[in-house]
Amino acid sequence: MSDVKKVLFGPILANNPIALQILGICSALAVTSSLSVSLVMAIALTLVTAFSSFFIAIIRNHIPNSIRIIVQMIIIASLVIVVDQVLKAFAFEISKQLSVFVGLIITNCIVMGRAEAFAMKNGPVMSFVDGIGNGLGYSAMLIVVAFFRELLGAGKLFGVEIFATIQNGGWYQPNGLMLLPPSAFFVIGLVIWVLRSYKTEQVEEPEFKIAANSRAQEAL
Amino acid sequence: MEHLISLFVKAVFVENMALAFFLGMCTFLALSKKVETAIGLGIAVVVVLAITVPLNNLLYQNLLVDGALDWAGLPGVDLSFLGLLSYIGVIAAVVQILEMTLDKYMPALYNALGVFLPLITVNCAIMGASLFMVERDYNFSESLVYGVGAGVGWALAIAALAGIREKLKYSDVPAGLRGLGITFITVGLMSLGFMSFSGVQL
Repeated sequence: MSDVKKVLFGPILANNPIALQILGICSALAVTSSLSVSLVMAIALTLVTAFSSFFIAIIRNHIPNSIRIIVQMIIIASLVIVVDQVLKAFAFEISKQLSVFVGLIITNCIVMGRAEAFAMKNGPVMSFVDGIGNGLGYSAMLIVVAFFRELLGAGKLFGVEIFATIQNGGWYQPNGLMLLPPSAFFVIGLVIWVLRSYKTEQVEEPEFKIAANSRAQEAL
Repeated sequence: MEHLISLFVKAVFVENMALAFFLGMCTFLALSKKVETAIGLGIAVVVVLAITVPLNNLLYQNLLVDGALDWAGLPGVDLSFLGLLSYIGVIAAVVQILEMTLDKYMPALYNALGVFLPLITVNCAIMGASLFMVERDYNFSESLVYGVGAGVGWALAIAALAGIREKLKYSDVPAGLRGLGITFITVGLMSLGFMSFSGVQL
């Protein structure tokens, strides 16, 4: 049982796919300007990762090594097509806002990375749990970033006004920069800083050490 | 002709794949520690984009789009839902063929690009360019120009970032930001710089 728990919750803080493994960053940056869109994206990616890991794990012993990438791609692409068609049918507005990023789940490195690193070596059930776990890690990052961007950029959460903006006679002057793409980089950079201050073992070693400050007398 | 030139400039600067649409970010951040590797990868991306985008365009116009199968006596067959699967198939196949051709006929170039070619299959910039091509309904020549332009833009961005990171490793960064964190912030600033192109109307 503790195994399942580790596989499921490990990727959220200890081994976050975005903050530590550098996987799946593209969509994390592009869709996070509104919370509802990011939530849909997070759910879509979690489902695709979980089911692709599950199916790949089922047939892992029958895949010839030389064509495994293509086989994985086909399974992932088929699942993404299903997600894409479902979104177009039931959430057309959001699917328009996500534009190409639903299709780009195929090339999202989290899906491919987990298939390659975990599902090829483990049983279907554990792979499914691992997929869900990594999906949750991705979702957590996406939701944190979207929360700050939408709250500070538009004064809203899920489209509901939280800070009364000046345009509507309130007090909050929306920070337009937060809705623009570059702010996503700053927010993720700062989230990584916070995360690594809490989990100090994730801090990277510097390539060059800076000499300690010399004392005032020595400098004179 | 003028239209194609403006499309090219737009693809390189205004709609830069990496800094305006954040595509190919994983490789962009992971492999930008050295300028040489960055340039090698950039060239590989330009080549693959210049081949796959027009190829996917042909595939889309002649097989997948609504009513494209008229010639086969199948009017009203709409296969566009198979798009994602076919584009990724084309990309994987082109990368594989390119790898084998280069290995046989241009070993020097193959050795220079070698490691990066297989990685390109899962680079979102390649897939993204094909999807944008479909979404914006480019014709064949437009898609060729767009493919090259998007590739050049991406190569430019990764080479610039690698240049900055080579200098950055000598600086004293707060412990928690070291490595990935400060890279994110650098890319954010670069992307802010590239936004100054966004007002350009061509």
